[in-house]
Amino acid sequence: MKPFTKLTSSAVPLPIEDVDTDQIIPARFLKAVTRDGFGENLFRDWRFDKLNQPKEDFVLNNPTYSGQILVAGANFGCGSSREHAAWAIGDYGFRVVVSSYFADIFRGNALNNGILPLVVSPSLLDEILQTIEVNPAAAFTIDLEAQTFKNETTGTVSTFDIDSYKKTCLINGYDDIDYLLSQSDLIDKFERERIDFSLK
Amino acid sequence: MPKTLFDKVWDAHVVTEIPGGNQVLYIDRHLIHEVTSPQAFNGLRRRKLPLLRKDRIVATADHNVPTINQHKPITEPLSAKQVRMLTENCAEFGVSLYGLGHPYQGIVHVIGPELGITRPGITMVCGDSHTSTHGAFGAIAFGIGTSQVEQVMATQCLLLTKPQKMRINVDGDLAPGVTAKDIILYIISQIGTGGGTGYFVEYAGSAIRALSMEGRMTICNMSIEMGARGGLIAPDQTTFDYLKGREFSPKGKDWDEAVAYWSSLPTEEGAQFDVELNYKAEDISPMVTYGTNPGMGMGVKEAIPVSSEVHNKASIDKAMKYMGLEAGKQLENHPIDYVFIGSCTNSRIEDLRAVVGLVGNSKVAEGVTAIVVPGSQQVSKQAISEGLDQKLIAAGFEFREAGCSACLGMNEDKVPAGKYCVSTSNRNFEGRQGPGARTILASPLTAAAAAITGRVTDVRELI
Repeated sequence: MKPFTKLTSSAVPLPIEDVDTDQIIPARFLKAVTRDGFGENLFRDWRFDKLNQPKEDFVLNNPTYSGQILVAGANFGCGSSREHAAWAIGDYGFRVVVSSYFADIFRGNALNNGILPLVVSPSLLDEILQTIEVNPAAAFTIDLEAQTFKNETTGTVSTFDIDSYKKTCLINGYDDIDYLLSQSDLIDKFERERIDFSLK
Repeated sequence: MPKTLFDKVWDAHVVTEIPGGNQVLYIDRHLIHEVTSPQAFNGLRRRKLPLLRKDRIVATADHNVPTINQHKPITEPLSAKQVRMLTENCAEFGVSLYGLGHPYQGIVHVIGPELGITRPGITMVCGDSHTSTHGAFGAIAFGIGTSQVEQVMATQCLLLTKPQKMRINVDGDLAPGVTAKDIILYIISQIGTGGGTGYFVEYAGSAIRALSMEGRMTICNMSIEMGARGGLIAPDQTTFDYLKGREFSPKGKDWDEAVAYWSSLPTEEGAQFDVELNYKAEDISPMVTYGTNPGMGMGVKEAIPVSSEVHNKASIDKAMKYMGLEAGKQLENHPIDYVFIGSCTNSRIEDLRAVVGLVGNSKVAEGVTAIVVPGSQQVSKQAISEGLDQKLIAAGFEFREAGCSACLGMNEDKVPAGKYCVSTSNRNFEGRQGPGARTILASPLTAAAAAITGRVTDVRELI
């Protein structure tokens, strides 16, 4: 996994609530058998029309906005468990998604792919969106070690929560699987000692 | 201290707790399918890891399989490749596969219960969000991403933060024509698509207790549509009766011991939940969705809201534009083009019987394409043995072979752009049933009523 420590970048605004994973990556693009190349179909049906021409009114087609931070409305990533949504967001070039809350499965998938799902208060989300509206090139700095989010325009610094284990994983690029493998003795012991009604 | 069903099952599977509060949770059963597993198998190969417990994993092909001519090679090349890779991966790693042509093939969430793989008190995962379905048996079952599929393959465990607990009580009697699907669409319309985020939900109350296992599965299936990680219902005699004698259910002395254990699982009197919600069955009428997420639902007689407690005006305006509908107006009597009866939400034998029972001697309305896709080969076989297929065909429905089909349109079964489809599936997201498709979620009864009339219909007027 690609480590994440600190990032200063402009941001892309997507002030829509309940963005579901079918919008992030439609099901018809889930037929690949590798993790690569999903970025070209990120938000496919919002980005392109039936003739595969870019829709000018969609933010990813607007050259005014760019950057490695996506700022989205509440409940981002609801719906399907497809990790392809996180792969598409990462492959497109985003390292951070900011929202007032995330759907559980998407949040986990993002963290497992080195993408930081950063939860801010609804009022801070509004402030960030306003800053971008005034100046699309406005920069924001995310410092994972310090757990701070800085609006470089207003100078406002706020802190954010992340569990300490996941923070360590992101900073070092560790996967959960490495940790779980290190617990194999405990897993063996659990299997030996439990009363199991799941198989026989 | 009195414990909840959820706590009992969760706590019995904690291997260890790590600094920071995450827990290593042991996973009893793992279901896989062709779409979210290839990258996980590749990961095992890349890391040179074996599959830890072959006896705990079961595979089927469901998401992108055709529902016509399943005995012939799949014509769509990418789908064919995914299904072929599943077959090769299962052979290489020693996984039991119920692939195309196997009598046990079907939607992963239909076959788990019908084979007796799903049971009370177990932990179960699958790379599919509707894994919540299996919670109907009193199991902790939830969807996971592909990285987690690989983790379970390699270690039979996941690293998780324990979710909070919510209990939703539905008490009273459902009116005729009102079904389990209407209960869950009603609940989601009340709390929205994010209302359950961070929670595992236990459904309780007399209206839930009165449901069959099929109905309970429909309820738990859609837990994810309110953002909950999963839903569960206490096991009882209905659960035991459903499981007894199934292919992989415990037998003889094992059965008696299992039932004794399962009987100890229900939530105890006085156990605490983080949130508790109460609804009356009498307040629920046949439900339809009007918008582009499952929270945008209403009673079939109601008018589409301009805004609601869970959806602001901007969200509803955006949905209205996509749906070609107008806020403030009714959806009842709106013409429809397609009816889809199927998906892990409503494709079980009871659903098919309900449809046939309602249709009777009526015919599918002119101009309406109505397809019925049984959830599994076993459901299909049962339907055929009861003559349901012939009755459906005589009425003008297509009777297809098992798979996920038009729920997500990964195969050929898509709804064309701009067309309205009354669907028994679980998601009405933009483009879910095909680019530009307009989905109206409803119960099998309401879907059948729409097939006959060609309009969004209050099924209570037909029974």
